[in-house]
Amino acid sequence: MKKFVKAASLALASAMLLSTTAFAEGDTFKIGAIGPMTGGAAAYGTAVMNAAQIAVDEINEAGGVNGYQLELNPQDDEHDPEKSVNAYNTLKDWGMQLLLGTVTSGPCIAVGAEAVNDNMFLLTPSGSAVDCITAGDNEFRVCFSDPDQGAASAKYIGEHNLASKVAAIYDSSDVYSSGIYATFKAEAANQPFEIVAEEAFTADSKTDFTVQLQKAKDAGAELVYLPFYYNEASLVLTQAASMDFAPIFFGVDGMDGILSVKGFDTSLAEGVMLLTPFSADAQDDLTVNFVTKYQEMYKEVPNQFAADAYDGVYIMKAALEAAGATPDMEASDLCDVMKTAMTEITVDGLTGAGMTWNASGEPTKAPKAVVIENGAYKGME
Amino acid sequence: MSFLSYLINGISLGSVYAIIALGYTMVYGIAKMLNFAHGDVIMVGGYAALTMMLSYSANPFVAVLVAIVVCTVLGITIEAIAYRPLRGAASPLAVLITAIGVSYFLQNIVLLIFGSNPKNFQSVVPLPDLKLADGALMITGETIVTIISCIVIMIALTTFINKTKAGQAMLAVSEDRGAAQLMGINVNGTIALTFAIGSGLAAVAGVLLCSSYPSLSPYTGSMPGIKAFVAAVFGGIGSIPGAMIGGILLGIIEILGKAYISSQLADAIVFAVLIVVLLVKPTGLLGKQIQEKV
Repeated sequence: MKKFVKAASLALASAMLLSTTAFAEGDTFKIGAIGPMTGGAAAYGTAVMNAAQIAVDEINEAGGVNGYQLELNPQDDEHDPEKSVNAYNTLKDWGMQLLLGTVTSGPCIAVGAEAVNDNMFLLTPSGSAVDCITAGDNEFRVCFSDPDQGAASAKYIGEHNLASKVAAIYDSSDVYSSGIYATFKAEAANQPFEIVAEEAFTADSKTDFTVQLQKAKDAGAELVYLPFYYNEASLVLTQAASMDFAPIFFGVDGMDGILSVKGFDTSLAEGVMLLTPFSADAQDDLTVNFVTKYQEMYKEVPNQFAADAYDGVYIMKAALEAAGATPDMEASDLCDVMKTAMTEITVDGLTGAGMTWNASGEPTKAPKAVVIENGAYKGME
Repeated sequence: MSFLSYLINGISLGSVYAIIALGYTMVYGIAKMLNFAHGDVIMVGGYAALTMMLSYSANPFVAVLVAIVVCTVLGITIEAIAYRPLRGAASPLAVLITAIGVSYFLQNIVLLIFGSNPKNFQSVVPLPDLKLADGALMITGETIVTIISCIVIMIALTTFINKTKAGQAMLAVSEDRGAAQLMGINVNGTIALTFAIGSGLAAVAGVLLCSSYPSLSPYTGSMPGIKAFVAAVFGGIGSIPGAMIGGILLGIIEILGKAYISSQLADAIVFAVLIVVLLVKPTGLLGKQIQEKV
């Protein structure tokens, strides 16, 4: 009996000890995350939060960072800059030390301005507009910037002689799509192909592409460039097929996910080319592990946003370890050591091997081009 | 030849706007309120049909019927819970704001149930595409069905209003609610019937819209809803043939504007046309000029 009481009180005491350590200030790295979890862009924010949680859980199970646990606090911004800044302030009150976000470009620019003033370390997983990380040296990103993608696509099409007449359709109401298209167009001037049709649509009219496709067809386009997300792209492919228009379709990373659109006839995507940093079908251990876990927990195939976020958490871990940081540091001091550490680390992640950063915050990694063959991605040279 | 194909696309899109606009215009004509949740009822109709087809593998025809029933019940419920208690309110703004609230409520409920990922809608139209002039001109089965449905609905609705007692009651309520009540017409019942018909039509519009443009998200209804509202005002709000003409013209203007002026300015052109029409004819194309008697 005595033994039992002793054991019980010991267990109780240790449980108390554990619970106090888990909640005490300065014993966990507090990571805030901001992204749209409701609203029109909810798919992206939800993917980021889900994947970030997986990464945080993995790291915590494996013993944490420098012996400390990570704590993630996801906040919704509905893809609205104003709400995003509110979420940022909420997180600051909570004691955030590192910011993973924001997920979408517009809000990221707004929050970035605040983060610079506070000298808060900001790592956006997927904010790809140039201005997401130009406000200060505290800002870094995981994904490619839009210009990188646009110029890389134009070069790729030119160097591989994919077509001589190119049409482009882009979303003029979206900074991601129009940003990519702007640099695509600039780089196209140096390439041996001609843009014969440039057609736009807006977020309010993104279901009917027959007019844009008809114009591309009439202009004799051999390749149609589609710098926007897969949901719209699936409609473009369906509508093009119904009008017997079969050029090469060339997409960017937003096209990733087209094979998992429910109800979409994936045979229409055969031959579609895209630049993407992440493909859920890749067979390396890291991807297989991540995709399996994600599917188990959320019953969905993770997209590129999820991959960016997962990498984002591991990048933070690598930088925290390189800097030898501890959770009792003030957010601003932590940011200073992180800035230096970021330029020194090399991370192998889902979205690229050997990723490095310069002081401007841009990642260096090779874009991968894939072509869809027999319902799967196949790497291209 | 591309002009013809643009024109047919425009008429098809316009027919969907027209069917939605009928709901707006009937409710406005009879209840004197703008039901901003109408666009979201369309979206609910789309989800109802899609769920029937995917989860219960129902035949498309059954799915459409279920969608109509769901939307009709939804319309009556919204009217009874959200709008009827406010009918006597001092300011007509109260019910307008409520309608906006209902709109967001529907969007968020669907967001909770079905998630934010757009769903790919399977077309309910079994007709094959029609290829004319050696494939240079293509008319999809969806286009044909949409245009025919639009004409049928228009004729049926006009007959209903002019030839049946319930229809006559609607006309009476729209003319003078107080007098209609004194004549023994059940005003609440008539308004509920209007909502039921309008919402049933919204389900048809939703299914047709999603069959032509097969992407369904909780926000699918909002833009077509606004455009249809524009179409109703354009044709003369309160007038059933006006909603029809307004809708079809709007669709044609939108597609031709996109094709020949700028694909980027399509929506701006649509609204610019509305402004011009309202400047020239403030009551819309077929709107009646009603003299207020003092």
